[in-house]
Amino acid sequence: MNVTTLEPTTRVTTADARLTSTQPVRQKHRSVRLRRYLTNAAALLLAAVLVVWTLTPIYHMVMVALEGSGDVFSDHIWPTKPSVESFGAVLTQGHWYLQHFWRQFGNSCYIAAMTMLLTLLIGSLTSFSIGRMRIRHGWLVSNTALLTYVIPASFLAIPYYRIMQHYGMANNPWSVIAAFVMFATPYAIIVFQEYGRSIPLELDESARLDGASSIQLYLRIYLPLMAPALVAIGTYAFLLAWNEYLYQFLLLSSMESMTVPVALAQFLNSDVAPWNYMMATAIIYAVPPVMIYYTFRGRMRAGLTVGGVKG
Amino acid sequence: MNSASAIDIGRPAIRRDTRWRSWRGELKGSEYTWAVAFIVPYVAVFLVFVAYPVVYGLWMGSAASLYQELFADPIYQSTVVNTALYLALAVNVKMVLALLLSGFFMRPGWWMQALLLIYILPWAVPAQSGFISIHWMLNGEWGFLNNLLYTLFHIEGPSWLNQRWLALGSAITSHIWKQMPFWTIILLAGRMAIPLEIRDTAKVDGATGIRGFVHITLPLIANLYLTCTLLSTIFTLGDFGTVFFITGGGPANLTHVLATLGIRNAFDLAQPPLGVAAVMSALPLMIPLVIILMRRLRTAEVQL
Repeated sequence: MNVTTLEPTTRVTTADARLTSTQPVRQKHRSVRLRRYLTNAAALLLAAVLVVWTLTPIYHMVMVALEGSGDVFSDHIWPTKPSVESFGAVLTQGHWYLQHFWRQFGNSCYIAAMTMLLTLLIGSLTSFSIGRMRIRHGWLVSNTALLTYVIPASFLAIPYYRIMQHYGMANNPWSVIAAFVMFATPYAIIVFQEYGRSIPLELDESARLDGASSIQLYLRIYLPLMAPALVAIGTYAFLLAWNEYLYQFLLLSSMESMTVPVALAQFLNSDVAPWNYMMATAIIYAVPPVMIYYTFRGRMRAGLTVGGVKG
Repeated sequence: MNSASAIDIGRPAIRRDTRWRSWRGELKGSEYTWAVAFIVPYVAVFLVFVAYPVVYGLWMGSAASLYQELFADPIYQSTVVNTALYLALAVNVKMVLALLLSGFFMRPGWWMQALLLIYILPWAVPAQSGFISIHWMLNGEWGFLNNLLYTLFHIEGPSWLNQRWLALGSAITSHIWKQMPFWTIILLAGRMAIPLEIRDTAKVDGATGIRGFVHITLPLIANLYLTCTLLSTIFTLGDFGTVFFITGGGPANLTHVLATLGIRNAFDLAQPPLGVAAVMSALPLMIPLVIILMRRLRTAEVQL
């Protein structure tokens, strides 16, 4: 009640002020309004440029995927006879190039899921030991871990491939999973330690007085309280494994062990490749990470900010 | 309990234990065992999958004759030029634009939020999908970009991937397309972290627009910006996917960067030591970067 009556009266007073104001003030008002108008127009223009810049490659992806088989070489900038036939062909494996699609999609899911689980397990155990149990010289471990973060993955790929071949792990999804875990864990440890600081240590102490063992502390207190950070890092690890290409390309070579992007890039420079099918595959491959990203975006951003701002 | 038992045992016992204690810290018996058991998986992963490959790589690339062979290779020489250009342009253009755009995204309103969601899309879409699309888009004969140029402006576009500098420029632009949203978000978070009172006071004192940016925002996020630039330099140096998918190193191996040249030497030429040597030749740049970054990360932790 109060609020609704208050608002009109304030408006009236400002209107009064405007009525009684002198000429120069009115002119100033006009120039302020003009300037605001111009900045808004400039902002709209910039927004339009950003949308075109961002969406052109994505529009192109969709356009080629919607093209009928014969029309891929056309010089149109929109699909002439749009059809979703190529998506159907991918989902039913209806082409020689797509005959292992579901197997390869399953491989991608398996590798990403295992990377996620192992990163969460190893990362949380390590940060529990360093941050909560305060093992001596734990900082040494977390600092060394940070060093992994600054070695480019592509620089380690050649010796890593040789070692895996030596172990007989080439063409084995676990060689790829191990590589992704090693790249995701350092970041997990940093974020978990940072986040763990917000959980009071007294909680652990009182639980210990009640007779809880370390493993109970980890399972019953640490993991539940760390849930937001676990979600953020789980998403991060999943996306890392889904988006990395080089290790999958080097280590997985048979059609059955391959993942979707490796199969996709095989025909990158071939003129006989069915491009509409390949673009449809690329879109289907992009759907899970985009959905996961937008679903967990808020929590991801919090996690990334901690890592990004504080290292 | 703890202190009582210490008093009972007396000083000599404590002294005997000190060295052991400095490793165990405050932990006792079974607790210490658990703490070690919890940390062992990571240490094992680190030793087997990080330390061993690093040492093995250093050993592979240790022969001096490799570097003689490498430096004499004209492809390597053009690769060094490409890598320098790639780093200088991709990192700086991306970071400056991200810094400016992060200010743009501070504007209020629901449509800015919607725009941000669209703007993040290149980062959310897997690199492979996005880059394969761009690769075909840039085809000189039937690529979408040239079709678009012809339809809208009646310009015959060049064949983007058949000329060295155009191809390298395409790779750099694609890298910016893919990575800029991520750094914009990080810098946006940095700007958001500036306390509202500071921003409001600055506004009252007349520091708006460019003046506010130079005198208020820039000094406050300069530290974050530099740290991000260093991190981005290292990530960009290791960026394999962009050049691999966009130009494939072509035309005539003229657009390789060190990351792709290393893989090419090791696998296409079947000379793994030469590939390691190509990558290792970046160490004189990498090591100072990593050292500065490690120091900066520590100061950033204090200041932000």
